[in-house]
Amino acid sequence: MKRSITLQINGKTHTGEVEPRLLLIHYLREVAGLTGPHIGCETSLCGACTVTVDGKAVKSCAMFAVQADGRDVVTIEGLASNGDLHPLQTAFWEEHGAQCGYCTPGMIMASKQLLDRNPHPDEDEIRHGIKGNLCRCTGYQHIVNAVKSAAAKMGA
Amino acid sequence: MASTVTKTETLFGKRMKRKEDPRLITGTATYVDDIQMPGMHHAVILRSPYAAARIRSIDTKRALELPGVAAVFTGADVKDVGPVPCGASLPGLRVPHHHVLAQDRTYFVGHPVAVVVAADRYIARDAVDRIEVDWEPLDAVADPEKALEAGAPAVHPQWPDNKAFDYHQEHGEVDKVFAEADVVVKQRITSQRLIPCAMETRGVVAEWRSGEKALTIYTSTQIPHLMRSLVAGMLGIPENKLRAVAPEVGGGFGSKLNVYAEEALMGFVAMKIGKPVKWIESRRENMLATTHGRGHVDYYEIAAKKDGTIVGIKLKLIQDVGSYHQLLTPAIPTLSVLMMPGVYRCQNIRADIVGVFTNCVPTDAYRGAGRPEAMHGIERMVDILAAEMKMDPAELRLKNFIQPEEFPYATATGLTYDSGDYDKPLKKALEIAGYAKLREEQRAARSAGRLMGIGLSTYGEICAIGPSPATPAGGWESATVRIEPSGKVTVHTGCSPHGQGEETTFAQIAADELGVDIEDVIVLHGDTAIVQYGIGTFGSRGTAIGGTAMYFAIQELKAKIKRFGAMMLGCDEVRFEDGRCVCGKTGKSVTIQEIAAASYRAMKLPPNTEPGMVATYFWEPPNFTFPFGAHIVVTEVDKETGDIAVKRYVAVDDCGKIINPLIVAGQIHGGVAQGLGQALYEEAVYDDSGQLMTGEFMDYCVPKSTMVPWIEDSNTETPTPVNPLGIKGVGEAGTIGCSPAVVNSVVDALSPLGVRHIDMPMTPEKIWKLVRGGAA
Amino acid sequence: MIAQNFEYETPATLDEALDLMEGGAKALAGGMSLIPLMKLRLAAPEKVVDLRRVPGLNSIRTADGRLHIGAMVTHYELESTPLVRTGCPLLAMAAATIGDVQVRNLGTIGGSIAHADPAADYPAALQALEAVIRIAGKGGERRMSAAEFFVDTFTTALEPGELVVETSVPLEAAGTGVSYQKCTQPASGFALVGVAARVIKEGGRVSLARVGVTGLAGSSYRAGNVETLLVGTAGGEEDVKKAAAVVAEGKEANSDIHASADYRAHLARVYTARALRAALGMAG
Repeated sequence: MKRSITLQINGKTHTGEVEPRLLLIHYLREVAGLTGPHIGCETSLCGACTVTVDGKAVKSCAMFAVQADGRDVVTIEGLASNGDLHPLQTAFWEEHGAQCGYCTPGMIMASKQLLDRNPHPDEDEIRHGIKGNLCRCTGYQHIVNAVKSAAAKMGA
Repeated sequence: MASTVTKTETLFGKRMKRKEDPRLITGTATYVDDIQMPGMHHAVILRSPYAAARIRSIDTKRALELPGVAAVFTGADVKDVGPVPCGASLPGLRVPHHHVLAQDRTYFVGHPVAVVVAADRYIARDAVDRIEVDWEPLDAVADPEKALEAGAPAVHPQWPDNKAFDYHQEHGEVDKVFAEADVVVKQRITSQRLIPCAMETRGVVAEWRSGEKALTIYTSTQIPHLMRSLVAGMLGIPENKLRAVAPEVGGGFGSKLNVYAEEALMGFVAMKIGKPVKWIESRRENMLATTHGRGHVDYYEIAAKKDGTIVGIKLKLIQDVGSYHQLLTPAIPTLSVLMMPGVYRCQNIRADIVGVFTNCVPTDAYRGAGRPEAMHGIERMVDILAAEMKMDPAELRLKNFIQPEEFPYATATGLTYDSGDYDKPLKKALEIAGYAKLREEQRAARSAGRLMGIGLSTYGEICAIGPSPATPAGGWESATVRIEPSGKVTVHTGCSPHGQGEETTFAQIAADELGVDIEDVIVLHGDTAIVQYGIGTFGSRGTAIGGTAMYFAIQELKAKIKRFGAMMLGCDEVRFEDGRCVCGKTGKSVTIQEIAAASYRAMKLPPNTEPGMVATYFWEPPNFTFPFGAHIVVTEVDKETGDIAVKRYVAVDDCGKIINPLIVAGQIHGGVAQGLGQALYEEAVYDDSGQLMTGEFMDYCVPKSTMVPWIEDSNTETPTPVNPLGIKGVGEAGTIGCSPAVVNSVVDALSPLGVRHIDMPMTPEKIWKLVRGGAA
Repeated sequence: MIAQNFEYETPATLDEALDLMEGGAKALAGGMSLIPLMKLRLAAPEKVVDLRRVPGLNSIRTADGRLHIGAMVTHYELESTPLVRTGCPLLAMAAATIGDVQVRNLGTIGGSIAHADPAADYPAALQALEAVIRIAGKGGERRMSAAEFFVDTFTTALEPGELVVETSVPLEAAGTGVSYQKCTQPASGFALVGVAARVIKEGGRVSLARVGVTGLAGSSYRAGNVETLLVGTAGGEEDVKKAAAVVAEGKEANSDIHASADYRAHLARVYTARALRAALGMAG
């Protein structure tokens, strides 16, 4: 019944036996101990669980861990390098892009996908880029500012 | 080693990034579901699929047979656990006994019926499907007005009229002013049921330590201390054997200002199985079983003289209570009555509330809690009056505002408004919006056949809730400030912030007051084992009351610092400034760090002075605070589809003195998004049988990034005399100001078609029907 | 939140996949429809066959003047691949309106059409494009038009055990005007109504019109009556209005808490006109 899987998470190899029904988000949180990605719904609408798989932002609650076998996963915990915050993390801090913080890891990962594909998005493009991530606290305005600010810094 | 004094800049009023953010942006914060413990079990709850049903029998055998299942508990097991508490009291209030698990009957879809505990949450979930319940579905009623009709199904059989309470409040000569009025306008206005939808659902981890007979409950709550007191009572354990921890909390908006069945239930389970247990609510459960907000049907009448002076307001308010009273359920509509005159000088009011039981999840506080309903009502009515009198809505408002020299102002509802200058934000908003020019554009748009609307609201609200006599559980707040031997400052606040940034704003105040670097201040909260008792974070109270409590604790420490300073400097004339005591005669000084070290070392003590540098202060506020503001919304309606486009959103809010403009702006933006959600998108829809039709994000629309307009936010600052910091509170303002401004704007857009009122949410279909069919 | 247990297979060839599909297995492509249903326990397959290792299902290629799209091609690939954007812009437009970025990164065209959600976006485009869907089964392959494929709500012409392997659409001739116009259900992001239009004008007259509709009824459909009314006209405003007016005729419109049948039918007319206007504008 269980399947053996091997995946890269934030640059580290993880191998384990899992039930096919184990969701990737549960694997990340409860097996790999990475509790940065959160769970906010069961219909893949809120985006709190967003991580990248092979460079693409996905909702890790809508993927079984077995589907990630052999793939490269990056979570919010893997975004900083050598202790230096990613420019998006810095920008979310400086622009007050987080309030309760629950949506923040997913929001940052979705923003990263946006900037990977479109390094200089305008407000409308930013809003569309993070449309799959619900935030109940900020009204999104400071998040938009944060993504703009990060884009400016990363492009400089 | 003591740090050096570097602080010279005043931080109060400064835009500062938040101290809480590093853990949030790196994914290292600890929310309830992030807690892991050895031997931890998982609980999943079986809930009623019926809005009303008798439970003939429950068979848990097949669930218990599933390997990995540790226990299953049903209503019979928990009948001695105390009822879920209602903290509010009103004369004649009917309070149904609210068991933590249903006994022989369920009262709403989502009502907890049984709990399965297993070593693995997947197994617990599987086992729930193996519980067999023999149900006898009963007639249900979900609409409060239908519930009041003769012959409606009785939610609680002992109260066939479905009335939970009646409440009456009156002041002045209401009948006389209505009889003599030149104009009377009437309108039925609803504030629909809403689902708070904090992004983190509820969750509880309970840990029983049998040796100590002590229980720890980690719960996603806004009120850990009250939760502890009440749950200890429910479980019959001494309060000092229950530790409550609110870890990182992913939003509350009032939905976690409560004591829930599941909190006591997990405590019960942990004690029974002797192992830690975790329960995490699914989103569907969150929508079914966490309190909803609003649920008003209001019948308003407003009387005016022909010059536009408002002379009387009448309100008949039907409050959808739901199936039970949660912590504050019956109190919420009374807040609406308190604020019913808004910012207008009107001394003749009459309000009648009827609270109605329905087969729905209980309503309770949701961002604004009673005040958005009140402001929506009065601000709609003022616009309806303006339309009736063919007056400009801004002029009518300016004419009726309470004037600055009238403060403190005693309202007809028994409140004393602290301070206000209502012209200021309105005039500023009109200027930012370019009101005169907008009206010109509107004329041009109308002659081109376009439906453009300009709407405004001038709201007032109650914050800093509140003086203890006016609250169910004490309205003070507490702080302990400890200057450590090194001079670092540790604040313990009784507040329980969950996104409001109080770790930062409190630190700004403390750093200013003590003259230390903000990096040297930490603010701890949310753990009853380390924080003195407290009330919590809700009702825009955290900073205004909790921050003030901290301010007063610091004043006590400053007096003590000066005594030590005087002793150490050998000077009887010392002042404390910029983190040091300075001798008025010699100019010599000692730093706060040196003083802190000396106070603990205690080689020598000033007269009548204890060692150490700790002060605790419980501050009882003498009054609420009353922030206010003006929002202006420009909309355009698509005649073909009924779509509403928000073209401009101008918000000018006065929350008293501003500590951190970045945080204030964030609170306004988020508040506006929730108000906009109510105005345009959100509604908890129950069908006639009491099934929730909007039980997932697929059907309940929390506004997405693409649906919220750019908010042109700014402020005016009118300090409050209620506290020495002059701060009023801002957590709910955006929501309260928003919905009437949006609805007023769309009604204004449709007014050429004879439309006078639209109930929320203003869905495109509703608008399309109005465009097609004329007046509502 | 937690699915029932199931067997999970990752076949390495199409034949192997078809063998595994026997006996009521469920195919897993991007999972964007299936996995949420399984988590809510509205679907509980005993066996799930993940197609991600099956070769050849994720290619986009041209042959015979048509664009051939493998079943495992994602919405994001369709919206962003230059070959699709230029060769069949209507499909790229429809793909770009689906859900959100994360959903488009994983969700596939094959999975979406096999699921046949009555409010999904592709079916409108595929109806207007007269797409041909290639289906593989144990007994061999067969092809059918989109009109034949979409049968009813969550129901296609797929027989048990069959898999969608490819969808082909015509490479648009220069001068073809296309548009996909969607009225979005704000919570779910699905279409309350979505209308795809393709038009070609010759000598100032509409020589070809194709209109596909999703969201209105139990299944997507091609609105032949609209097409008939438009062809031969100059494609002016009155022509468009007259044609769009009949789009809902003979259809039983869906009704739910998000839109009544009347309103959906009205939206279908409005969005048909909008799609036709935009397509005609592009056709020049």
